Amino acid sequence: MASEHTAKAFDSDLQELTRLVAEMGGLAERMIVDSIDALIRRDIALGQRVVAADAEIDNLQRTIEERAVLTIARRQPMAIDLREIVGAMRVATDLERMGDLAKNMGKRVSALESDFHPLKLIRGLEHMTDLVQSQVKSVLDAYAAHDLPSAMAVWKGDEEVDAICTSLFRELLTYMMEDPRNISFCIHLMFCAKNIERIGDHATNIAETVFYMIEGQPMMDKRPKGDMTTFATTVPGN
Amino acid sequence: MNNLSVSVGHSSGPVPSKALPEAAPKVTARGLNFYYGEHHALKNINLTLGTNRVTAFIGPSGCGKSTLLRIFNRMYDLYPGQRAEGQLMLDSTNILDPRLDLNLLRARVGMVFQKPTPFPMTIYENIAFGIRLYEKISKSEMDGRVEKALRGGALWNEVKDKLNASGLSLSGGQQQRLCIARTVAVRPEVILFDEPCSALDPISTAKIEELIQELAENYTIAIVTHNMQQAARVSDKTAFMYLGELIEFDDTDRIFTSPSDRRTQDYITGRFG
Repeated sequence: MASEHTAKAFDSDLQELTRLVAEMGGLAERMIVDSIDALIRRDIALGQRVVAADAEIDNLQRTIEERAVLTIARRQPMAIDLREIVGAMRVATDLERMGDLAKNMGKRVSALESDFHPLKLIRGLEHMTDLVQSQVKSVLDAYAAHDLPSAMAVWKGDEEVDAICTSLFRELLTYMMEDPRNISFCIHLMFCAKNIERIGDHATNIAETVFYMIEGQPMMDKRPKGDMTTFATTVPGN
Repeated sequence: MNNLSVSVGHSSGPVPSKALPEAAPKVTARGLNFYYGEHHALKNINLTLGTNRVTAFIGPSGCGKSTLLRIFNRMYDLYPGQRAEGQLMLDSTNILDPRLDLNLLRARVGMVFQKPTPFPMTIYENIAFGIRLYEKISKSEMDGRVEKALRGGALWNEVKDKLNASGLSLSGGQQQRLCIARTVAVRPEVILFDEPCSALDPISTAKIEELIQELAENYTIAIVTHNMQQAARVSDKTAFMYLGELIEFDDTDRIFTSPSDRRTQDYITGRFG
């Protein structure tokens, strides 16, 4: 950020906002990791803890919004300060959505009672989560450091996540066709894969917010879309 | 980041803003310099006031914004030792031409000051006085002109029943609108506002701001203000001045969300000095 404001209290208002966003980001990251962990290890208690943590993230979002609105009312921010505050609100909204998606996965843990547990699927899901998690971490670091190149790398990196998601979808479809008893498990897993993919999308939203904060204008480019699940079909054999 | 095919910076073109299309120039300064005796107060100013647009001038005290405004209608001529050099055109008239009829210039370029300055006479006379300087018209015509001017100053409804009361009996906000009405009465082309709201309460300020935007339909307006939000609200273009130089001149929307110059950003975000 630029040099200090004449009104020092304004600086601490902005710093506090950034700190709250960082805290919220840390919480969201942990929820994502824990939800997948719970899913893979079928740890129902951990799944429930993820569900409970969502209230905390919601609270943080409310606090950030209140602080942002108050700061706008008190300081009438302009230029970089205004973008900084709008950015904090936007990032908080994305993090809150990430929390919701993790919570949704946490809820599904108790529904996965089947013995069917194909390792390959789980590995795919794990791999996707690792990728998304590192995307989330990088973009939050880029946000805190106002690092545009890193944010743009995250923005571009989402393509890979989309590709894994598509291949997982295809695989799940084949398992379901093989044996209808797999359907319940596979559907839940399918939602989880989609949730993780959505979390990746929110990370790219944050990257776009970082772009806006630094450049002073919204990103005009269309993000390359690799998610082909909309078109994923499998034709049953004879 | 060379391997990223992402457009960074302005390569995607600036965001289409609500900014109005470029207006025909009304006042054009080219290489304008101003001196208070030895002191070089304005340095090589180049800018254009668009016709029927509101242009705001912002900058810290002593940056030259009021000085610039005072050149637009040659107010500085009242003081010895002050001189302007360069070119300043009002349409095709050279404002700096020493042979120029200053009364005519000031009828074309009106000015409203920081403190309301009603004449110590009736509300009616405050308006009629200026008109009489330039035109000879009948009583009924004058009544019509006074009403029109007071309506133009958004004051008519408040004073129509007491036109013979003293101008000084009005509140500060009303006095300022009386001064605007007085300026409008002589049908100028350009109106200069030098901190018109600094002595007014928020309601009066809001009324004046609304009035300025209405006036822009018929007049070219320049306003000097220390209130950044006011500049952001009322103007189409904003000029940031610092130490006698024009640092940045751009669409107001752009100046207040994403200025190009670091000094502009530091000033409008309160990081100066």
